[in-house]
Amino acid sequence: MAGIPHDHYEPKSGGEKWLHSRLPIVGLLYDTIMIPTPKNLNWMWIWGIVLTFCLALQIITGIVLVMHYTPHADMAFASVEHIMRNVNGGHMLRYIHANGASLFFVAVYLHIFRGLFYGSYKAPREVTWIIGMLIYLAMMATAFMGYVLPWGQMSFWGATVITGLFGAIPGIGEPIQTWLLGGPAVDNATLNRFFSLHYLVPFVIVGLVAVHIWAFHTTGNNNPTGVEVRRGSKAEAQKDTVPFWPYFVMKDLLALAVILLVFFAIVGFMPNYLGHPDNYIEANPLATPAHIVPEWYFLPFYAILRAFTADVWAVQLVNFLSFGIIDAKFFGVLAMFGAIAVMALAPWLDTSSVRSGRYRPMFKVWFWVLCVDFMVLMWVGAMPAEGIYTWISLIASTYWFAYFLVILPLLGVIEKPLPQPATIEEDFNAHYGKAPAATPAE
Amino acid sequence: MMTIRKLALGAIASVALGAGSAMAAGSAGHVEDFDFSFEGPFGRYDQNQLQRGLQVFTEVCSACHGLRYVPLRTLGDEGGPGLPEDQVRAYAAQLEIFDPELDDFRPRKATDHFPGSGMATAPDLSLMAKSRSGFHGPYGLGINQLVKGIGGPEYIASLLTGYNGEEKEEAGNVFYGNEAFPGGWIAMTPPLYDEAVEYADGTPATTEQMAEDVASFLMWTAEPKMMARKNVGLTAVLFLGILSVLLYLTNKRLWAGIKGRKIEA
Repeated sequence: MAGIPHDHYEPKSGGEKWLHSRLPIVGLLYDTIMIPTPKNLNWMWIWGIVLTFCLALQIITGIVLVMHYTPHADMAFASVEHIMRNVNGGHMLRYIHANGASLFFVAVYLHIFRGLFYGSYKAPREVTWIIGMLIYLAMMATAFMGYVLPWGQMSFWGATVITGLFGAIPGIGEPIQTWLLGGPAVDNATLNRFFSLHYLVPFVIVGLVAVHIWAFHTTGNNNPTGVEVRRGSKAEAQKDTVPFWPYFVMKDLLALAVILLVFFAIVGFMPNYLGHPDNYIEANPLATPAHIVPEWYFLPFYAILRAFTADVWAVQLVNFLSFGIIDAKFFGVLAMFGAIAVMALAPWLDTSSVRSGRYRPMFKVWFWVLCVDFMVLMWVGAMPAEGIYTWISLIASTYWFAYFLVILPLLGVIEKPLPQPATIEEDFNAHYGKAPAATPAE
Repeated sequence: MMTIRKLALGAIASVALGAGSAMAAGSAGHVEDFDFSFEGPFGRYDQNQLQRGLQVFTEVCSACHGLRYVPLRTLGDEGGPGLPEDQVRAYAAQLEIFDPELDDFRPRKATDHFPGSGMATAPDLSLMAKSRSGFHGPYGLGINQLVKGIGGPEYIASLLTGYNGEEKEEAGNVFYGNEAFPGGWIAMTPPLYDEAVEYADGTPATTEQMAEDVASFLMWTAEPKMMARKNVGLTAVLFLGILSVLLYLTNKRLWAGIKGRKIEA
């Protein structure tokens, strides 16, 4: 492990030495919390802490909600109303948990796009990136199953549509769907297994987060310049970094306080704004809602799922080449999962030797188009799949794939990057001026 | 013979109605923007209005519609209609419930819930104000809802005042023209007319007044803890605001030694 050189924990008292020689847990915590962190990190580097907070918030509120919730098709909806009306503070718990999912996804998208802009996925941080993608997938699975639990109309029909995606797999799709649902259709068995998994997967995420942190604590944080921390000696490293505690702990807490201010304003004043009114109608297998719309954070990928209809030439070509095995429905499913897969492959698709988008003039433009593209997909995913919207979603979906599969590989070849600073210290001093003296703030 | 035919026609009509409302979603009805006292971060329920709304619900709506998720005792809760305890008990006692232990009907207690819908095709109203919406857009962006609210109570009040006097008969069922109902035709007979109830507090019982009162009441049945929630929200925002300022100052001081003086551009 070629970590950044820094002071390590030294047990002093007899008790500390006794424990340290048996279980170096204090040393592990010390090294984690005192990790040298590039001092030029900007405000886009706060989302990791926000995400960690969200995970804890969701697990804690979720565990308490489970104490009052009944996972049965006949009682789930009423038990949620019981939480809202009879449980002390239950309405706040539920609204925090429901909106907490939204905060979680706001943070994860900003975290991902930060990584995409500053090239955080590039060597040597590919493993951090891949684990991050796994966390994101696990988050989506958890959020989807959690949305089924209140057993409202959107819960039920959303579950029907999404599990139907697996039914689109040729040949083996239908048995897989039946196996997932525990029966021919979404029913009590589905609710029970989703409840079980909704409780389980967050703890898998906890494990993945630990590995995610372990991985980037091994490589060191990326930073806005993309230039690595100097590791020749401790003195050199200290010119580029400050310890995580107290500098970044305080900065992250400030960011968290401001974000929670907005969050509690939403929970307190408009807790149902991000929800769907139909989910206040109990699930009814006999009445299909006019529009089945997933939660906002799924919309970009839902739009990609629906974009590839049977009249798109690419779909027809694939259909022909696969002897009809891959029809439009399965193509859409492949496209949706493919959209995340190409993002996960970014470390190998991006051929540029420059890490940070700050020094990549052409990349910058395409990156911001990708951000707009993501918002357009999110919007069009909520629109009915008809008329002009099908065209918009097709173009936006195509750009998503083109960015990762064509633009990223090409840019590395044709782009002339701007000069990068030699060190983090140089960039930091150019921005803030040289510190008067290296005295720690006290 | 007659009854069987009536039943069959009724079933057909209800299926047609269900399908109709699903298909007509494109032609969403017009939702008027009523001013309710509970809108916005500082909005609160008007206790008198909730009591009037309860009266309208009891004397008009409850003939067909139920409130099965609403415990009767909550009528006495703070931040709700706030009826005195004896009135809550008296209100509960006039409603019967089948008690499996007694194997007989008995008067409801405050701990029981309101009855469910008496008419199979009449939806339960407990959560109606949260399961409907208005003000989508522009372009499905939901910006209107950010400003005006989701629009559930507005939808209810618009529906109750949205009858345009037209009628049509289909398969033996009469449908009434309604500007707010998706598709424009609703099976519910116009439930309100001026002076349909006599308010104890002397408020003139116009159709619009009653519609707004009962819409407020139904917002309360859907969101009984709204006032408590807004109080929590306000406290949290104030507290986090102060905490943010303190953390900002702490952070600034902490980093001062690292950053040095900022270069003026």
